[in-house]
Amino acid sequence: MFSFIARRLGLLIPTFFGITLLTFALIRLIPGDPVEVMMGERRVDPEMHAQAMERLGLNKPLPVQYLDYITKLAQGDLGESLRTRESVWKEFLTLFPATLELALAALLFAGVFGLLAGVIAALKRGSLLDHGVMGISLTGYSMPIFWWGLILIMFFSVSLGWTPVSERISSLYDIEPITGFMLIDTLFSEEEGAFKDALMHLILPAIVLGTIPLAVIARMTRSSMLEVLREDYIRTARAKGLSPGRVVFVHGLRNALIPVLTVFGLQVGTLLGGAVLTETIFSWPGIGKWLIEAIGARDYPVVQNGILLIACLVILVNFVVDILYGLVNPRIRHQR
Amino acid sequence: MTDPITKSASAMPPSAVDQSLLYPSPYSEFWQAFARNKGAFAGLLFMCLIVFCALFAPWVAPHTPSEQYRDFLLTPPVWLEGGTWQFILGTDELGRDLLSRLIHGSRLSLLIGLSSVVMSLIPGVLLGLLAGFFPRLLGPSIMRLMDVMLALPSLLLAVAIVAILGPGLINTVIAIAIVSLPSYVRLTRAAVMGELNRDYVTAARLAGASLPRLMFITVLPNCMAPLIVQATLSFSSAILDAAALGFLGLGVQPPTPEWGTMLASARDYIERAWWVVSLPGLTILLSVLAINLMGDGLRDALDPKLKNAA
Amino acid sequence: MSLLQINNLNVRFGDAKAVPVVDGLDLSVEKGEVLAIVGESGSGKSVTMMALMGLIDAPGIVTADSMTFDGSDMLKLSARQRRNVVGKDLAMVFQDPMTALNPSYTVGFQIEEVLRQHLGLRGKAARLRALELLKKVEIPAAESRLDAYPHQLSGGMSQRVAIAMAIAGEPKLLIADEPTTALDVTIQAQIMELLLNLQQERDMALILITHDLAVVAETARRVCVMYAGQAVEIGQVPELFEVPAHPYSEALLAAIPEHSEGAARLATLPGIVPGRYDRPQGCLLSPRCPYVQDNCRQQRPSLDRQAHSLVRCFYPLNQEVA
Repeated sequence: MFSFIARRLGLLIPTFFGITLLTFALIRLIPGDPVEVMMGERRVDPEMHAQAMERLGLNKPLPVQYLDYITKLAQGDLGESLRTRESVWKEFLTLFPATLELALAALLFAGVFGLLAGVIAALKRGSLLDHGVMGISLTGYSMPIFWWGLILIMFFSVSLGWTPVSERISSLYDIEPITGFMLIDTLFSEEEGAFKDALMHLILPAIVLGTIPLAVIARMTRSSMLEVLREDYIRTARAKGLSPGRVVFVHGLRNALIPVLTVFGLQVGTLLGGAVLTETIFSWPGIGKWLIEAIGARDYPVVQNGILLIACLVILVNFVVDILYGLVNPRIRHQR
Repeated sequence: MTDPITKSASAMPPSAVDQSLLYPSPYSEFWQAFARNKGAFAGLLFMCLIVFCALFAPWVAPHTPSEQYRDFLLTPPVWLEGGTWQFILGTDELGRDLLSRLIHGSRLSLLIGLSSVVMSLIPGVLLGLLAGFFPRLLGPSIMRLMDVMLALPSLLLAVAIVAILGPGLINTVIAIAIVSLPSYVRLTRAAVMGELNRDYVTAARLAGASLPRLMFITVLPNCMAPLIVQATLSFSSAILDAAALGFLGLGVQPPTPEWGTMLASARDYIERAWWVVSLPGLTILLSVLAINLMGDGLRDALDPKLKNAA
Repeated sequence: MSLLQINNLNVRFGDAKAVPVVDGLDLSVEKGEVLAIVGESGSGKSVTMMALMGLIDAPGIVTADSMTFDGSDMLKLSARQRRNVVGKDLAMVFQDPMTALNPSYTVGFQIEEVLRQHLGLRGKAARLRALELLKKVEIPAAESRLDAYPHQLSGGMSQRVAIAMAIAGEPKLLIADEPTTALDVTIQAQIMELLLNLQQERDMALILITHDLAVVAETARRVCVMYAGQAVEIGQVPELFEVPAHPYSEALLAAIPEHSEGAARLATLPGIVPGRYDRPQGCLLSPRCPYVQDNCRQQRPSLDRQAHSLVRCFYPLNQEVA
């Protein structure tokens, strides 16, 4: 198992350096003069211009610039935001829990309902229910989620008034961030009703963000389950006199999960991309909204290293999924 | 030539007719398999409608998309109270006819989808072929590069690219093309690797076929099925991503009637005028759904082996 | 009373008008008996056994006048009642051991599952019993195999595990569906020997489905020859081999390489088993039978008692040798 993990870790290193190269190139590819673009002014005072070039390290040869960039990254220095003068790393840390909470809630929603729908569709193959589940999931897969968010807001918030429209919690509550997860922090706080309020804020964004992963997981679970149910070992399990539930869930689903898990891992990328849209619609104070605002404000250090951080996050999650994959699938684990 | 065959065939009992004689041509076989799939057929019909609208937008649309009827701000659709036949789907906050804007918007969506597919398909297939044919050094380095691109969520990468290049139609196309590049490369490489071990490739090699001939004439045609399906799917995600960029204000800029951009400006009227929010989104959803349905049908018809996969 | 008594079993796939895969089969097995079922692929051998185990799903339709196992009619039992019999008193070993075991669970888990389901054994007791079973099926280093996954086992080893799983519930009848077909020749004899040892030791009945007539000659007391979903001849072993009464039995025996020694070609029966659409009106073998008469093409013979065996033929062979 350790050699398995070590092998996968080894694969990460070139990918990581590739990503640093990409984010490094990002700023250098801005058409025109970078300082002018960042300051948003046409004619910058030559002295200030030189200073800015110096400060950004743009006046050195490219390889040296890259080396400087890597050295700084190794020291944990991700630069500071041009707008707030805060360190990028610190801003990321304060905002990340919000995105993580949203993403986890969305994954939970997608995972539970996607698996359930997929299994049911597979068991009732060819029935009206199966067609219904597949039709809905293809619709979900085709969903422009920014519009879906607006529709849900229009229906549940504007017409019915059930859920709030934006932010993570109503402004009347003052919650001290302990873990950064609003659902947990509200439990710690003394404030009455804060947990419910936070939950109501979370539901709609989580549904919106979870819609596409839900559709993908349902489709994948169905096809994987159909394949597994044809296997000989399912017949063996039935010949043992096991209950249908045990045959389907213990013997079937366990094996059907293996490809689904890979898809689950791939969905994390989709999820973080979707977070940009979802957070924008629901004014959710997470890293997606942060990045979009930084782009609007030409806050390039935030754009550059925010993207770097998100990319690292995606590789990390895929790495974890790889490991999990090995845990679920003994055949992979024992490969050489 | 045909006579003796038909004679001998008719002499046999019906169940014993040589199947190869009745076998339909690849195209009609494909079409039969595709048309049997009701969803795919419906998707095709809807796409034909969209393409028609896009091609003949100036004649189909009842109004000019940018003309502002100041007396008709936020007019509801015709079936609601206050609606008029003049504006069938109502008007937006500036009094522009929604239907006309949607019809003209289809031009942009199709244009973006089509050009980004072409712009990523061609280099993607080339890179994939190279990666498949040179598995020692070039292949792995290409694949590593693609891994890097895949590590970034596609929408985020597109956002980053537009953030650098600046918003606009052409940059949207470029961003989307770059984002969908890795899947073509991976798919082509996987297909090429599978084909390279086949005997027909060895035979062509021994016959002295040059490398380009091997690549494009011998191997590539046998890798087309998954590529066609992928092209369809990335066409639909291109439409989605373009609309998302428009919605974030990074895509096609107003007043151009792009579906996503229309949604962005409609957000503020969510409480007063549901139609300016619902209809553009519904159009996006239906178009993307139609293309995905076609993609499913294509996959089933082109590659029966994949029928139950994904 | 027989341990297993099947009367007029029919299995169809599709609607009631579909051509039956098993067509009016009567079969009985006595306690502690070894019965062999032979016939070429598609003759309905496996489907019969799957029907008995309750493993035929829609669109398959199973009907029978009765299918009595150990005193209860399997078709009249509720699903729950049947699950209490299947895997316990009635167990089955399948053809391909490499796919018959669940790749995600250890050998121990898959054996203990049966023990828990049918004998109520749990925890340590179940593990000890599983270990005993592995030793029983002669798996070397049984302790370490308990925690092995199926992909770590060879084919022969997997089949032993499958047999251990099947005998875990102390079955009264074990069905072995071509248990050695997928294995190496050297392993085949070992597995057969293991099955027969277990059968004798426990006095359980064994139904052996096979292509291999040599195995049948050595092991079974009775043999049932199936063709196109019907039993065409059921008889005692030495007689059926010496004086086959059905032309199909004769053809099967003639196709054994040993019987053709000296001949330039192996004897074969021309043609193939009739499928869904070319089922003859009369005797199902009539298009391929070397002894075919006119009425064979018009009417279907029934399974009748003849000199040595039950035979489904208007003109049984070898009747004069009494």
